[in-house]
Amino acid sequence: MLNRLFTDPLQLGLAQALAAAIVAYAVVLVARGRQIHLEREAAIALVRGLVQIIAVGSVLVLLLQSSRWIGASLLGAMMLAAGVTSSKRAKGVPGSLQVSTVGIACGAGSVIAIMTWLGVIDTAITSLIPVGSMLIANAMNTNGLALNRFRSDVLAHVGEIETALALGADPRQSVAEYAQESFEASLIPAIDSLRSLGIVWIPGLMAGMLLSGSRPIYAAIYQFVVLAMIFGASGLTALVSTLLIRTHAFTSAEQLLLRPGAVAVRSKE
Amino acid sequence: MDRRVNEDAIVASHLGRSVGGCTLVDDISVQVRAGEVLAVVGPSGAGKSSFLRLLNRLDEPTAGTVLLEDVDYHQIPPRELRRKVGMVTQRAFLFPGTVSQNVGFGPRQRGEVISEARADELLARVGLTGFADRDVANLSGGEAQRVSLARALANSPLVLLLDEPTSALDDEAKSLVEGLIGDIIRESGLTCVVVTHDIAQAGRMATRMMMLQEGRAIRIGPVTEVLHA
Repeated sequence: MLNRLFTDPLQLGLAQALAAAIVAYAVVLVARGRQIHLEREAAIALVRGLVQIIAVGSVLVLLLQSSRWIGASLLGAMMLAAGVTSSKRAKGVPGSLQVSTVGIACGAGSVIAIMTWLGVIDTAITSLIPVGSMLIANAMNTNGLALNRFRSDVLAHVGEIETALALGADPRQSVAEYAQESFEASLIPAIDSLRSLGIVWIPGLMAGMLLSGSRPIYAAIYQFVVLAMIFGASGLTALVSTLLIRTHAFTSAEQLLLRPGAVAVRSKE
Repeated sequence: MDRRVNEDAIVASHLGRSVGGCTLVDDISVQVRAGEVLAVVGPSGAGKSSFLRLLNRLDEPTAGTVLLEDVDYHQIPPRELRRKVGMVTQRAFLFPGTVSQNVGFGPRQRGEVISEARADELLARVGLTGFADRDVANLSGGEAQRVSLARALANSPLVLLLDEPTSALDDEAKSLVEGLIGDIIRESGLTCVVVTHDIAQAGRMATRMMMLQEGRAIRIGPVTEVLHA
């Protein structure tokens, strides 16, 4: 219907975006009926997401003529932004910004670098930026899930953790179980995506490749390649983050910082 | 235990902790001699548990310090300090597994394996002979607290901190655990700091008493003097 109303591609795109946003926001309104209030956060996220993707699209048009180093710099900036966004999912977790940024840079950054070197990701900006951003975005989500789960588990087991500390345990060991569970839980979406590939869903990248004339078999295999890379980047990110957060949860005097209502008092050491 | 009576085992020196503008512990100075039992009493929110958490450095003091056998505890690595200053809390917080695995937890952190005979001896001291292979999930509250006591003793602490050790138990278990703690303290000459809101219990267990109010020590002295001041 919208195709008939709008002939200009830009107008058609905006109308389609509006329709999709209305559907997304309808879910928020239904949730409100069940006393789940996401109105403000969802509205901001929808507007912000649209503005950001239009901005990135505009930049991509300019970047098509640019060098690959500009592409690499753009990916670096994306990782920083992902670190900031992801750390907000771990409110109260000490050092979450540093942990998130380092985790995403190590996880997504190393997979992008290795796969580009191997030729799995084309160095052309039109390939590097979209595929790289997919890896970074998924690493960001996984990192947020891991830190959020770690925070909840530690807050629910403060007594056990401090009992272990009081008996002379290594602080990192006292939360190792919760870090491991956070790591496993954060990878469930990535594992399910791989497991259900082609059965439950046909991802957008494959659909886009088919529309742009790629051979269906190559498009299908490359979609698997992308999801496997997402799994690798997400897994490595969560692994690094959950290792780092074990240290950040304690002061230098091995006192648990992540406690209900606790305010960190810096060790005199 | 080889302990020289009349020497200070642990000393709080102008100890204080403030968090976010709120003073939890305010300039407390107290000496606990080797083999002595000091009861810390006071109303809810007086800072009893906050004071105790400063003694094994589970929290960081914002003022003053603690001397353990005349050594400033900032000079002692935290894990070594916590081995020397053991703690039993209101809830047992046992780790999943067997009773003997829990008892051996502290030594295991230093790479030591507790012998079966030592585990049995510790369990016998808390009246749990034959419990070594029991799953902790099947213990009553009183049994769990006794395992927690044996677990703290397995580290051979110089000082034992007891934070309301019987307040989560029913009357029968409370009386049993209190009696056991009293026996262990008397037999081993262990230095103890026990926090309790139960003045009668403090009188039964302690030789000296410190009364706290709004984070400050308002009275310190022999139990009878503090109670009748």
